[in-house]
Amino acid sequence: MTESDRMRRRTRLFMIGAIAVAGIAFAVIAASGINNNLVYYWTPSDLYANGKKAYGANVRLGGMVAKNSIQKLGGSAVAFDVHDGKAKVHVQTSTVPPQMFRENIGVVVEGTMVQGGNGAYFKSSRLMVSHSNEYKAPEQGHPVDRKELERMMKSVEQGNS
Amino acid sequence: MIASLGRILILASLLASAAGALIGFYAGRTRSAEGLQWARRFAYFYALLIIGATMLMVYALLAHDFSVSYVAQVGSRAIPTWVTIVSLWSSLEGSILFWGFVLGAYIAAATFFTRGQYAEYQPDAIGVWLACAAFFSFLIAGPANPFLTVPNPPLDGPGPNPLLQNHILMAIHPPFLYLGYVGMTIPFGFACAALIKGRLGHGILKPLRESLMLPWIFLSLAIMLGGWWAYEVLGWGGYWAWDPVENASLLPWLTATAALHSIMVVERRGILKGWTITLVQASFLLVLLGTFMTRSGVFNSVHSFTQSAIGPTILGFLGVSLVFSVALLAFRIDKLESEGNIEGAASREAMFLVNNLLFVLLTFTVLIGTVFPLVVEAVNGKQMSVGRPYFDSMVVPIGAALLFILGVGPALPWGRASREQVKKALLPPIAGAVLFAALGYVANIRNGWTLLTLAFGGYAAYVTFAQMFLPMLQRMKRGDGAGTAFVDAQLVRGRRRFASYLVHGAVVICVIAIAVSSTMRQTTELHFTKGQTQQASGHAVTFLGIEERQEPHRLSTIARFSVAREGKEVAVLEPRMNQYQMMREPIGSPDVHTTAGGDYYIALSNIDTAAQTVSITVFASPLVVWIWISVVFMGLSALFGLVPSRRRAAVAVREAMPDATPETA
Repeated sequence: MTESDRMRRRTRLFMIGAIAVAGIAFAVIAASGINNNLVYYWTPSDLYANGKKAYGANVRLGGMVAKNSIQKLGGSAVAFDVHDGKAKVHVQTSTVPPQMFRENIGVVVEGTMVQGGNGAYFKSSRLMVSHSNEYKAPEQGHPVDRKELERMMKSVEQGNS
Repeated sequence: MIASLGRILILASLLASAAGALIGFYAGRTRSAEGLQWARRFAYFYALLIIGATMLMVYALLAHDFSVSYVAQVGSRAIPTWVTIVSLWSSLEGSILFWGFVLGAYIAAATFFTRGQYAEYQPDAIGVWLACAAFFSFLIAGPANPFLTVPNPPLDGPGPNPLLQNHILMAIHPPFLYLGYVGMTIPFGFACAALIKGRLGHGILKPLRESLMLPWIFLSLAIMLGGWWAYEVLGWGGYWAWDPVENASLLPWLTATAALHSIMVVERRGILKGWTITLVQASFLLVLLGTFMTRSGVFNSVHSFTQSAIGPTILGFLGVSLVFSVALLAFRIDKLESEGNIEGAASREAMFLVNNLLFVLLTFTVLIGTVFPLVVEAVNGKQMSVGRPYFDSMVVPIGAALLFILGVGPALPWGRASREQVKKALLPPIAGAVLFAALGYVANIRNGWTLLTLAFGGYAAYVTFAQMFLPMLQRMKRGDGAGTAFVDAQLVRGRRRFASYLVHGAVVICVIAIAVSSTMRQTTELHFTKGQTQQASGHAVTFLGIEERQEPHRLSTIARFSVAREGKEVAVLEPRMNQYQMMREPIGSPDVHTTAGGDYYIALSNIDTAAQTVSITVFASPLVVWIWISVVFMGLSALFGLVPSRRRAAVAVREAMPDATPETA
């Protein structure tokens, strides 16, 4: 083995080592980046099932706007209840509700649970209403179609911010 | 009648492509000239059949023949003709048929333009192309058949997804995306052929580079058009949200861009051969991954249609292609002999390598963020997504580093350079960096990343401009007139080099426009009663009233606003709610006033016709229009660089002796 061969080999080993270190560093940074920025798609039942985790986590909460629950809070803010047939969450949102917003319509609100003066509520900065063509609001008393809600929560065009 | 004829054409195209693929691989193995001839004939035959089938579908759509299942699904008598044509790709089955159409056109063109050349590689390349074609014909014949017969045809259909009818850009974005996506099949075929032969000689580099450049141009434009469409239609004031569907189009673009750069290193130094092939293969595989993500319903969006069996089928094809590519690489990569080494850290080729590593890093960043939720859902059924901050925090630094390399790389000479040379090359452009950053500071930009982007952009702009006209200046030093020097050194001989620096210039403009427009955007939410005037972002906005307009396929409720600056009206904006016939809910459509300095954008959030009140969101974003302009310019420049030179002979000599040449970028 000549001197230059040995040199070349050492350079190559050094290169591979450097790339491995950089790769691991990248993987660690990316993993923590993903971990800190996860957005969970939950229904009200999921939200309660996750307990304390719901406070501070980024959540897209999907469900139906409960009947007779919409209150105007002054400015553009609105408060209402979102339910999935089993559980109900009180939501306050600061944005102007979109055109189609009304009772008994599927909505997705993005935000997190907070502890307020009159108990815990879901504080949201974004409110999306189902655009879906096929979506039919379930009649009163019927459970919410979970599949349809999931589709809606994943719907990316409405998910833009 | 049309339906059965369509099914026959599709079946015939499946047979033609499958047979042609087998003949191609056989001819590659036996080096049979006659086999090659037959493979070429089958390639043309396949193209003819699939293009014929698509034309038949267009005819059925225009004739409103609702006995064809696809027409019954997306056709409507109420929609304008352009929407009828667009509906060819507005739903799953039609979009796969359109894919076949584009693939047929590409295969025919590639077979035609490589006739009589590259005989060593061509049979295997045709084999790979037709194998891919066979898969898509199988999809069309089986799980995504648009030519089923409807026993009791309806009198009218529902029309395509209203979101697709809402803007003319939707007629342009998908074809460009398909031209970009499908086109990646051609370089993939060349790359596989090179691996099968175990040789990546200079002969194959030209078709590999050119067949990669063309879809790259289309893909660049498609990504921009997609962003532009989102901006003009979706009403949230932005153009990029790191949606899975957007990422799906970006991923192959990133690897293809890296490959276009590494091919140049192969040309010049004969190194990075296996790496280049890997990037080309990765681009094709990412296209398949993107197709799977957008076409299988794993992400719900305007891009994904109803859930169907097509997802697993595409995933299977992706798996087969991945195994095929990796196996080829594993068995053949050591045959691709490296002809040299990277000699110094401060050299052009080292910067190419850094550029490539950064692009790959970017690809992984976006890929992980996009695929992670899918993996989690597959493992434990939990639903989530990766939020925007992840992408922003990862991509911005890597993007800034890439912009830095875009400045430093072209300034450095090939091979080993002395310390003095390096200093002389790298110090003067700092003037550009200081100038751009200072301009930004004066324009009130305080965001650190944006200022850094401006500085790197200024550095790159200086280098790009200086390099761009170097050949012309050299000619003028030798006594040529400016006119002849420009035509000869820039437009004729140095066309490819000139074009690549034009592309770099456009990239600098684009990146600066993205950085400034996204960090300097102002958002104001306003509530109006009729006649009221309010201030937002330096403009006075007056609500003039509500107007209803009935069109054949929709009812528009329009809110009219007068936008004035310093007492003078600059625009009347008409954001609207469109109610489509076959849809329950209206769709909002914003309106934008565009100037070179920035956009003034009004989106409706609520409209009350009875009370004559509206709620709107106003977005004022600087420089947005330069994103669209720069990408169009980038595409045109790259296309200009592709125009074949009349001096073929001179080029051939240059390619044979890569080191003895004047500099090519």
